Amino acid sequence: MWTRLAHPGHFLRWTQPVMPWLAGLSGLLLAVGLYLTWFVVPPDYQQGETVRIMYIHVPAAWLGVFFYGSMAISALGTLVWRHPLADVAQRAAAPVGAAFTLICLVTGSLWGKPMWGTYWVWDARLTSMLVLFLIYCGIIALWRTIEDPNRAARAIAILTLVGAVNLPIIKFSVNWWSTLHQPASIMRMGGSAIDPSMLYPLLEMILAFTVLGVTLHLAGMRTEILRRRVRTLTIREAERLDSGAAPAQGRSAAPLGRAVPGL
Amino acid sequence: MLGPHAGFILGAYAFTALVVGGLILHALRDHRAQARALAALQDGTGERP
Repeated sequence: MWTRLAHPGHFLRWTQPVMPWLAGLSGLLLAVGLYLTWFVVPPDYQQGETVRIMYIHVPAAWLGVFFYGSMAISALGTLVWRHPLADVAQRAAAPVGAAFTLICLVTGSLWGKPMWGTYWVWDARLTSMLVLFLIYCGIIALWRTIEDPNRAARAIAILTLVGAVNLPIIKFSVNWWSTLHQPASIMRMGGSAIDPSMLYPLLEMILAFTVLGVTLHLAGMRTEILRRRVRTLTIREAERLDSGAAPAQGRSAAPLGRAVPGL
Repeated sequence: MLGPHAGFILGAYAFTALVVGGLILHALRDHRAQARALAALQDGTGERP
């Protein structure tokens, strides 16, 4: 069943009716989360109103790491099973993950200035997040450099897996080194250190961002499948013109799946 | 209402809205462009839609 659902053709069919529902759910969850953030959550006793930045900073950080983790799993799918949808998933996740990592860096910087007195310090958590953003940029740039997506897939899958070593560094950097960034306060031994009046709205925003991110990822995957079909048909048409054949109108063409496996 | 650091708070939310809005807009436009290109090519080659 999984193989059937993961076939690019089937994937396009079953995701089509799901997309509007996911988009609507994202909008609803974001609206509820923003209402809680702006009108229900109390100011922090130390940070005051600036704590409201946390409700976008933490979900963005989570998504930056989440999408890289999903890319690493997709990279395994590309290298081990050579599944065409794994590469499509990886390629669609990169810009979404990079965008949320950038949001995390900028909002963190804007939160740091009034709280720490500086926009930036080279501490382990901040630096490892910057490295994650640079890895995302490198992967996106590499995809644009190699024209053939099938050739690019293997090289990028290896690069992605090498870059995955950064994920535990990001998570445990606040424990391994003395950092200006605070230690873990949601997922930690002994339970969350955040008061429930702030924790539940934060969890709601994390859920809202996650559903939004997954929606954008699925939309990106659908577009990427179409892009590869366009590329295959363009090459086929160019080859036809090159060989001096008659115009293609009305001629039977080989199925796309034969030209590009899985598409 | 937001105290002395209102600029930082509003700036953070505005930047997030800008990036997320850009992502959504790009996703919609890119999908529409690829769907249009594919339809045009399939018209030319007699491929199934």
